[in-house]
Amino acid sequence: MTMDRENRTSLVGTRRSLLLSGAAFAAWAYLPKFARAADARDPRLIVVILRGALDGLATVAPTGDPDYAGLHGSIALSADGAHAAPMLDSFFAMHPAMPEFTRMYRDRKAAVVHAVATSYRERSHFDGQDVLESGHAGPGRVQSGWLNRAIEALPRGERVMSGLAVGPTTPLILRGAAPTVGWAPVNLPTAADDTAMRLMELYRHRDPALMNALGQGLQIDRIAVGDDMKAKPGGNANTAMRQIARGAAKLMAAADGPRIAALAFDGWDTHAQEGGRVGKLAQLLSGLDGALAEFESGLGAHWRDTVVVVATEFGRTARINGTDGTDHGTGTVALLAGGAVKGGRVIADWPGLKPVNLYQARDLAPTTDLRAILKGVLHDHLGLSERVLADTVFPDSAMVKPARGLVG
Amino acid sequence: LPAILPIPAGIESPFEEWSMARDPQAALVALNRFGFGARGGASGDLVNAASDPRGYVRAELMRPNGALLELPGLQPTPELGRAMFAYQDEVKAAREAAAKVAAMPPASDAMKPAEPMAMGQTTTTAQSDAPKPPPAPPNVVQTTFRNEALARIQRATITEGGFVERLVTFWSNHFCISASKGEPARIWAGSFEREAIRPHVLGRFADMLTAVEQHPAMLFFLDNQQSIGPDSRAGQNRKRGLNENLAREIMELHTLGVGGGYTQADVTTLAAIITGWTFVGRQGRLGPPGSFAFNGNAHQPGPQTLLGKSYDDTGVAQGEAALAELARHPSTAKFIARKFAAHFVADTPPQALVAKLEATFRSSDGDLRKLSMALLDADEAWQAPLGKMRTPYDYLIATNRLLGRIPDNPGAVLGGLNTLGQPLWTPAGPNGFADSNAAWAAPEGIKLRLDMAAQVSAKIADSIDARDLLEVMAGDAASIETRQTIARAETRQQALALLLMSPEFQRR
Repeated sequence: MTMDRENRTSLVGTRRSLLLSGAAFAAWAYLPKFARAADARDPRLIVVILRGALDGLATVAPTGDPDYAGLHGSIALSADGAHAAPMLDSFFAMHPAMPEFTRMYRDRKAAVVHAVATSYRERSHFDGQDVLESGHAGPGRVQSGWLNRAIEALPRGERVMSGLAVGPTTPLILRGAAPTVGWAPVNLPTAADDTAMRLMELYRHRDPALMNALGQGLQIDRIAVGDDMKAKPGGNANTAMRQIARGAAKLMAAADGPRIAALAFDGWDTHAQEGGRVGKLAQLLSGLDGALAEFESGLGAHWRDTVVVVATEFGRTARINGTDGTDHGTGTVALLAGGAVKGGRVIADWPGLKPVNLYQARDLAPTTDLRAILKGVLHDHLGLSERVLADTVFPDSAMVKPARGLVG
Repeated sequence: LPAILPIPAGIESPFEEWSMARDPQAALVALNRFGFGARGGASGDLVNAASDPRGYVRAELMRPNGALLELPGLQPTPELGRAMFAYQDEVKAAREAAAKVAAMPPASDAMKPAEPMAMGQTTTTAQSDAPKPPPAPPNVVQTTFRNEALARIQRATITEGGFVERLVTFWSNHFCISASKGEPARIWAGSFEREAIRPHVLGRFADMLTAVEQHPAMLFFLDNQQSIGPDSRAGQNRKRGLNENLAREIMELHTLGVGGGYTQADVTTLAAIITGWTFVGRQGRLGPPGSFAFNGNAHQPGPQTLLGKSYDDTGVAQGEAALAELARHPSTAKFIARKFAAHFVADTPPQALVAKLEATFRSSDGDLRKLSMALLDADEAWQAPLGKMRTPYDYLIATNRLLGRIPDNPGAVLGGLNTLGQPLWTPAGPNGFADSNAAWAAPEGIKLRLDMAAQVSAKIADSIDARDLLEVMAGDAASIETRQTIARAETRQQALALLLMSPEFQRR
């Protein structure tokens, strides 16, 4: 396939940086009905999935646990020295690459949930992500995601505007019956409308699935987007995370913009040379931190009504492996940020890091079910009933009660 | 909008020869499901495939060494490794020289440090009115990647039907590495496929498995060169230990499949068994730099029990024996059979087909030529509707084939793959690219395909009649609606874009 030199350059230069970072944004194609009612809250929810398994013990370090420094060894954080980790309380320290999150935490607009995990107890990334995103208790159910089913339970208002085109694929968390839109920065001259309409007509007769896909792709491509929505050349995963967050925030700040969205960032699988205060993971966390700051500034007045949930499929081994990294584990952290978060606290039933306390003698033991956190946010922030949450959003999860009071 | 009207009988097939085709629908299966689609011009692919669809595809499997890719200029992995080490040494030397210059008292204000200074040091940023240096020529890592990519793209574009090349892409994705891991992965991405995948796509699964897991590219991609037996001499001296990344993916992704009956303890055990599997570094202590080596000093000593079977410590042979067992494990046959059928036939493949493939895999001890034959022999593989989306790679290759364009530069295809979310040899994780319609028929993906089809057509359609190309591509298998949509397009450019986006071209 031939493109002229200019476009080829821009494609190679701009798209690659984003794709390599694996960043994608997708959102519900409708406003919740309560979004526009006079005097009502206008809540916004963003779920950020970190694919590859985030090292929770490196992100929010239990420096007060006597066993932590020994286990995390060469990559352990501490509250003194160069790149000191700021203390969140008397026990936990935040990774120094996340100053924006730390500031939000101190303003009580961000919280940490520690020793948290989904219900999945094996160690496959792909099954783990399926469980995290599908909301089912086990792997193998990939028809729809919990955020899509949550959206289906909301009263549907008007369709959102869109300067959106779904990234190469919609993440599982938002896949399902409720229509979604998405966006990824790309520069490519678009085909003429007339050609697209003729193709739609052909698909209508011959290929309804492609008609639906193209129809959505066209619809969300209509609205011209500003300069900061265009892909920029160069950059790494870090800048790509910021960039996609900036674009997402711009879309979500608009009066008719999407209210509920998901992003996925790849690259957290730090098996070797993970780095401690600086290094590979620090770079990624800095990108995530930047993305949170972009949400805050881009959403402006709406930040007040926003909750951002950051979650990953599972954690990593408590003890570093033979190559200054960590292998697949279990318990990890989830982060909450946003003006609607009742923050300034680390929510944890700390299991301890003695060998006997570790899950299978190797991982941070999970003491909080991530579904409790997600249910609590959906209940308090979007008003979903406990029953819907237990039956359809997270099927067969009645025994996992929503964690109340995270939002308000 | 033009309404779709039935076309009067008699004008569907203006070319006499096409109506001689015996089975146009099966020809489309032969060319699109099993290959990269018909080549344009006077190739006669559609006619040939229609006269004997099964025989047309089977013939490819009978060509000796048909999967090998050996061209002047494509170098073996160790030579590429040496070139990379030399390049890295040059970069290092240049950086050190620049740092030395920068550290000296400024002799000239036009001097500028090439690299940021060490932490805590402030740099005096020199005025840089001096003209910018010309952009550095592409380094050996980049040029190798592009040369390898070009060789692969050209082969896929010119090959007759493409079944063997499709097998290469299937197995290469099954045993994927990702060039984004670092320079070794990027420079070896092509040689990995040429050396570990191609020789075995019509050979034995067990041989491919061993070749893959001992290839420097895979050892680097999944960190095994760093994994050290805790009780080995190196482990004792250097206080280093296991990294279980490769061991886990061998069982989860390469052989048994998740749920294939292994435990965390098996993962750790396999990691111990393959400690010492590494590649030779720049000093060449263990052999030619950039080649596979077994480092006994890093190997965890002692017997190991994997999946209930005991393996004596026979050095490198301990791991080879374990891989051989994994290759013939029933879970592997099941996992591979289903994945193979899902790739070629349907996201949810007919159970009878999967059962046939699984039985063949088991009874032949993983003979991959027989596995491919079993696929071609099965009626299910020919009767299932053409419902799979072409991947972006298939789409771009099929386009070049139909348009008769053999690229002499990989840039356009590589750029297109990036745009469509399938960057060559660069999947996001060790599970490779998705192989489902959910992945490739997503709204933005389809919209981008249309934009690219329109862009290509705008450039070249002046000399092309899409109606003729439709006959070359699908002939009597084309639907009336597609035929009419193309015939009624208002420009040649529009007609070609619509042809490239038609279900007959997008589905396989």
